[in-house]
Amino acid sequence: MARIGVFICWCGENIARNVDVEQAAAEVADLPGVACALAYKYMCSDPGQSLMRRKIAEERLTGVVVASCSPHMHLRTFRKAAAMAGLNPYLVEMANIREHCSWVHHDRSQATRKAVELIRMSVAKVRNNHALQPIAIPVTRRALVIGGGVAGIQAALDIADAGYQVALVEREPSIGGKMAGLSETFPTLDCSQCILTPRMVDVGQHPNITLHTYSEIEAVEGYVGNFKATIRKKARYVDVAKCTGCGQCWNSCPSKKTPSAFDYNMGNRTAIYVPFPQAVPARPVIDRNACLHFLKGKCGLCAKKCQAGAIRFDDQDQLVTEEVGAIVVATGFQLYSIGKEQTNGHTIGYGEYGYGQSPDVIDSLQFERLVSASGPTNGEIRRPSDGKVPKTVVFISCVGSRDNAKGISYCSKICCMYTAKHTMLYKHKVHDGQAHVFYMDIRAGGKNYDEFVRRAIEQDGAQYHRGRVSKITQENGHLIVRGVDTLAGEPLTIEADLVVLAAAMRPADHVEELAQKLNVGYDENGFLSESHPKLRPVETNAAGVFVCGACQGPKDIPESVAQASAVAGKVAIMFSREELSREPEIAKVNETNCAACFACVRACPYNAIERAEIRDRKGNLVKRTARVNQGLCMGCGTCVAVCPSKSIDLDGFSEQQIYAMVESLE
Amino acid sequence: MSDSNDFQPKIIAYVCNWCTYLGADLAGTNRLEYPASVRIVRLPCTGRIDFNLIVKAFETGADAVLVSGCHPGDCHYTAGNYHARRRWMLFRPLLEALEIDTRRIHFSWISAAEGKKWQQVITEIADKTRELGPYSDYREICQAESEK
Amino acid sequence: MDIGYYPGCALHGSSNDYGSSVRACLAALGVGLRELDDWICCGATAAHSLNHLLAIALPARNLAIAERDGLPDLLAPCPMCSMELMKAGRALAASAELRRQVSDIVELDVTGEAKVLNLIQVLQKVGLDQIKEKAVRPLTDFHPACYYGCLLTRPPDTLRFDDCEQPSSMETILRALGASPVEWNMKTECCGAGLTMADEDVVLELSHKILGNAQEHGADCMVVACPMCHVNLDMKQPEVERRYGCRHDMAVYYLSDLVGLALGIDRHALGIDRHFVVKQ
Repeated sequence: MARIGVFICWCGENIARNVDVEQAAAEVADLPGVACALAYKYMCSDPGQSLMRRKIAEERLTGVVVASCSPHMHLRTFRKAAAMAGLNPYLVEMANIREHCSWVHHDRSQATRKAVELIRMSVAKVRNNHALQPIAIPVTRRALVIGGGVAGIQAALDIADAGYQVALVEREPSIGGKMAGLSETFPTLDCSQCILTPRMVDVGQHPNITLHTYSEIEAVEGYVGNFKATIRKKARYVDVAKCTGCGQCWNSCPSKKTPSAFDYNMGNRTAIYVPFPQAVPARPVIDRNACLHFLKGKCGLCAKKCQAGAIRFDDQDQLVTEEVGAIVVATGFQLYSIGKEQTNGHTIGYGEYGYGQSPDVIDSLQFERLVSASGPTNGEIRRPSDGKVPKTVVFISCVGSRDNAKGISYCSKICCMYTAKHTMLYKHKVHDGQAHVFYMDIRAGGKNYDEFVRRAIEQDGAQYHRGRVSKITQENGHLIVRGVDTLAGEPLTIEADLVVLAAAMRPADHVEELAQKLNVGYDENGFLSESHPKLRPVETNAAGVFVCGACQGPKDIPESVAQASAVAGKVAIMFSREELSREPEIAKVNETNCAACFACVRACPYNAIERAEIRDRKGNLVKRTARVNQGLCMGCGTCVAVCPSKSIDLDGFSEQQIYAMVESLE
Repeated sequence: MSDSNDFQPKIIAYVCNWCTYLGADLAGTNRLEYPASVRIVRLPCTGRIDFNLIVKAFETGADAVLVSGCHPGDCHYTAGNYHARRRWMLFRPLLEALEIDTRRIHFSWISAAEGKKWQQVITEIADKTRELGPYSDYREICQAESEK
Repeated sequence: MDIGYYPGCALHGSSNDYGSSVRACLAALGVGLRELDDWICCGATAAHSLNHLLAIALPARNLAIAERDGLPDLLAPCPMCSMELMKAGRALAASAELRRQVSDIVELDVTGEAKVLNLIQVLQKVGLDQIKEKAVRPLTDFHPACYYGCLLTRPPDTLRFDDCEQPSSMETILRALGASPVEWNMKTECCGAGLTMADEDVVLELSHKILGNAQEHGADCMVVACPMCHVNLDMKQPEVERRYGCRHDMAVYYLSDLVGLALGIDRHALGIDRHFVVKQ
């Protein structure tokens, strides 16, 4: 037997001016199911809420309708008040007779008529409301961080420092990402490895962080608070527990000609190697495609030299599982492939710059390795072709970026800054050298960024030419760079010794496969999609999965670190209680009725509906049914509309509620 | 303002909570006047709208029905409005075959920032519906059926 | 194999040496050339500078003739002709409306489906192995610079042939026949094209640079597949040498000339002695 209380708010003059609230109260008092109806000046005020609570008790109300402002304003307020009086908050609805009525209709009789009808609709709805309890999802308070660059490192450290366990998975043999390969960073010209390696060591030593390097994510199951990740730890052929990192093995390895990926092929490494001296973990890995033991059954010198007996040629890939409640994706970036070879289907290379034909045309990360003191030339800037010191270096901005013809329409954000940095580092090492920069625009929007670019020009003499380069050819060992200076209005040809191309930033390879495993969206460029570009930049539409760093879009180190700490905050919020609490206005399946056509499964934008089986005690299959995952459903109701048998309904906006609302309008 | 003897069309609007409902709120905040014909039924998403709801609205006396949600690409639930749009494309020929007056069914995309658009859309629909007159045919058929 | 043959104005007129060369070379490879009946001008630069519809209709009639006469493959040895024919073909294949309109204008059914090939593509179709088999004289004494000019590989989306920045299709054929093509920097730089009439100075300067660069990179001759390029590099070479006071002394061969020589055809039949710069 419904006993609904209707509370009509004057809202001072806002409603009462155009709606005759007392008359409305009188009319609705006669509606079936209404136990009491009254009007009050300010329902949301303290006395107003007290009034409501008193009436709930006095009249033994089973439901409440507040006719006042928009539910977006005060639905939560009134639901909380009702809960305080012992009435389930989901038995409270609102009729919007202000924004949708008194504020937009000035004919008093029409406005009052409409207000009465709106209240009638809400009463009809509430008569069909059910008491609902918030949904509690257990949370495994451990996090998984995918990617060990500066963003992944920061996120892992912050979450670990907050007291939670973290599993950090990194594809390469060492963490550090792209930042570990940089020489100095803008705008401070801090030594990149000097500021990063202490963090890397912290990660390696943190009691709360389990490091899985040389590993990849194989599969992810589950949902927010309850994920199970399967990780493939690739065979290192070195027993990490026994190895002391003494270096005897890589110092005696006879296979020395493999191009080093860490040096972007500017230098070589041995078959057994650590990617760089400060690697974490400082344990080598054997590349079986370069190792004489694997290729020809010979050598084995490392095993002979190793005092700790740590070489294990019989090592295999291992699969481990991590159970976590939250996943952070920090897979970073790579540079666009400038030459003809592209690793995806939709970008095109630049045949006109000679990249791949001339060894003296290199990209920006390769230049970083030349400049780096621990790089293949020990920090001396030398031409890859003949080892001579280049006296004229041309830097070209926007190679790939902002070029629709190449399939990349966005700006890569960091190149203007690092190109200025490169001209400065070059000048600091080659005092009689001249740097030229071909640019389209200068984007230097961060703190001290514009001043930094001006320094490169005014103090270090870099010559900036506004224009693009049309072709680079080789003549007599020099590179002829043909471009244009649009401000001078003339073509410009420079004979250079070295050309550095600022290639576009792209997401790391295979990130799309990872995103599909995690149900995270990505855009046409492969950057992972955030929930809202302004207000939710580190969450994704997959509950419990977060993103930070360059995998979400081109950005520099300070932004990556900021996003990483932001993610750690979000994770800490998730982990701050034993259970996650979710709004219960979600979908529910009538499993008896469900015909298991799974149209709802296909329609759900959140993959929140599972194909479940009902079995009897003996394990025999009784029937199949759709089942809503309460941790994932966001309550949009698309499934309700597609179900041919109406076996799925949406609490809070059920079939019965909506039909009742419409029918009340007769 | 219309004379109370004039036909005041009854419009039922099924709107999504996140875009159009807030757009209508904004029209209110900006005090934009429009005809008092519309009754809003708030839903989480236009994806929730099954076309029986539209038919039901006519059955209970609506003279026009509006379905309004987020712009394509902006759905709060990512894809609900696409489902609604697709459903309409399939459902419209069916309704036309049944000789239901599809001129009385309106679709719009109104964002939370488009208070003015809400005002315009409702005013237009009210005007059009006034020209078409009350949808008495449908009601008569329903009544005849229920009396059988 | 038989293919349709569209000589175009150049091969019929001032570049009849190219015409002789193509006929002799392809005949030796067993390719039967069936010249299109009553073909008309392809429109060249003039049409596409003035009127897009005309620029499609003129080549369209030739395509329609080829289709009507059962010639699905059509060789157009001049890259301007082949480019205009291909461009028209693609536009027609993409629009039924355009096909209707143009069929009306040219008074023949146009489908745009005839496949247009340049000289290099026809040689590729014959097959490198076939050509090598028939070769009797290796080209080991030739160090050519292969010059593609502007129209063999561009516009890349329309032609979809070779690489527009670093083409290599001619080099592949010549290398297989024993020649040693050089790597040089101006494979696709413009020679000045039709400005040879309107503004000769431009052509002389550009040709001078092209010939010079080929020389610098060790070439002893040039190979082209375009009659316009041939005029600017060969016929204008004496004028270039006079204007810039230098000796380029570069014979400019058509691709079919060198392939023909490798096949044992004599220079006269290939029209080589009709060139301006002739080497023995």
